[in-house]
Amino acid sequence: MKKFVQVEDVGMRFDTKKGPFVALRDVDLAIEKGEFIALIGHSGCGKSTLLNLIAGLTVPTDGVLICDGREIAGPGPEREVVFQNHSLLPWLTCFENVYLAVERVFGAKEGKPKLKLRTQEALALVGLTHAEQKYPHEISGGMKQRVGIARALSMQPKVLLMDEPFGALDALTRARLQDELMKICDATGATVVMVTHDVDEAVLLSDRIVMMTNGPAATIGEILKVELPRPRNRLELAHDPRYIDYRAAVLSFLYEKQAHHEKQAA
Amino acid sequence: MSAITFEKALEAGAAAAVAEPAVVAVARSEPAASAASTASVASSAVPVARDGGAPSPKPESRAGEWLRAAARATLPPAIGLAVMIGIWYLATLSAGGSLPGPVQTWEAAVKLFADPFYSNGPNDQGIGWNVLSSLQRVGIGFGIAALIGIPLGFLLGRFATLSSMVNPIISLLRPVSPLAWLPIGLLVFKKADPAATWTIFICSIWPMIMNTAQGVTRVPSDYMNVARVLNLSEWKIFTKILFPAVLPYMLTGIRLSIGTAWLVIVAAEMLTGGVGIGFWVWDEWNNLKVEHIIIAIFVIGIVGLLLEQMLIAIAKRFSYE
Repeated sequence: MKKFVQVEDVGMRFDTKKGPFVALRDVDLAIEKGEFIALIGHSGCGKSTLLNLIAGLTVPTDGVLICDGREIAGPGPEREVVFQNHSLLPWLTCFENVYLAVERVFGAKEGKPKLKLRTQEALALVGLTHAEQKYPHEISGGMKQRVGIARALSMQPKVLLMDEPFGALDALTRARLQDELMKICDATGATVVMVTHDVDEAVLLSDRIVMMTNGPAATIGEILKVELPRPRNRLELAHDPRYIDYRAAVLSFLYEKQAHHEKQAA
Repeated sequence: MSAITFEKALEAGAAAAVAEPAVVAVARSEPAASAASTASVASSAVPVARDGGAPSPKPESRAGEWLRAAARATLPPAIGLAVMIGIWYLATLSAGGSLPGPVQTWEAAVKLFADPFYSNGPNDQGIGWNVLSSLQRVGIGFGIAALIGIPLGFLLGRFATLSSMVNPIISLLRPVSPLAWLPIGLLVFKKADPAATWTIFICSIWPMIMNTAQGVTRVPSDYMNVARVLNLSEWKIFTKILFPAVLPYMLTGIRLSIGTAWLVIVAAEMLTGGVGIGFWVWDEWNNLKVEHIIIAIFVIGIVGLLLEQMLIAIAKRFSYE
């Protein structure tokens, strides 16, 4: 029960016109229940590939992934994805977008009033009750991303997979959503795997930071355990020496140990 | 009202044309016509602007703005139309009376549209009946084509094997002129009317198949990933993702189809006869009522324009983003 998601000896090879391209090799990772993991690395290091593998959107060419004792063979409601570009359906209102997910997971067991209540609760959790009946094009980018999170949370997934969820947002909105996400995680005890290339975001949010080497044939370079007490406050942490050390460790991995490879590749 | 003022202006231009070479007259008739249209726009716009602008705090400036906007929107098309009618008029002058001019055509049109729905047997019916029966044929042929073409397009878009099976056939048949199918229709159906409908069917099915299929293959992969992550059923994928995402493409296909169908019906009816605008054109040619043919050209153009605008309005209603 302790190891909730297990990634064992996973490799991913894509067949391209120029022959096989190895994106990932020998990836081993065990994630505990309730843990917050950040995947960080330079672009093209296969972070998103690893996330898609855990989501079941792609199947690995080598190795095996296990979630809650079962092999991951495809997407499942226990592993929900928050996409980088929110991926809301533009012809549905915010409410309908979330309802679609709720109906899928709980529709067989629960009646409509209960499903509607679940949808409203999920939207309330991200503070969007007032925008329920709006269409995605009528709300801001940050609000869209919150609807995407609400949609994922509404399904009560065991694992929440987030692919650079705040990457496209301005710094202020991003900070607010990070705070909201921390609160939601504390409240729900969700297991989260988040792809990011924001060092501050990784240190602030995670229990462990998984740092990936540069691609092709990327793998896990280092894993940094972030032992900062929760709840975390970004203002207090800014001057906390441990926070500064963690931050420096990630930066040194990215810009000293992995920078050289990037130059070679370029 | 504006058409009459154009014609007065043109008559003025024509008076000059009698004395001078035709080339000079073209240059002269343009400003004359445009001046007339400016006058007519201004005279009709001013009272409207005053009525609307009266309760507002600054009626004059608002009315002025409104007037300028209205002039900017209506003036260029009005000038264009006036130039066209001017060229037509001059062309009829040089043709020596065999081609009816704007005035003759206008008079014939007034007579014709005074009673568009008369009926003296199958070969002599009002223009209204002719247009309606053409529209009916287009409606039936197009409707059947939509019922078959749109689902087929979805299938082709969804299943690559089927698509590579059917695509060569479509590529082979699509460039064939729809009229080449008319004899086949006559042979199979033994009657002119279903043969014309069949021709409409065959010409309007291709754009719908191709646009729908293209729409399906172009559904953003993000949306399909959402479907996979949410593990939606095939029915939900179709109703909540595929259909709304493909709808704009589908409507483009429908618009192209209706346009082609309306083009083809005139030609098909010329060959098959019966009641219809195409047949009517041919009949009036046999009666040597050339002004009626010109009226028919305008009617066909206007009906085509209305069909197109209607579908654009529907497409606008269903565009997201």
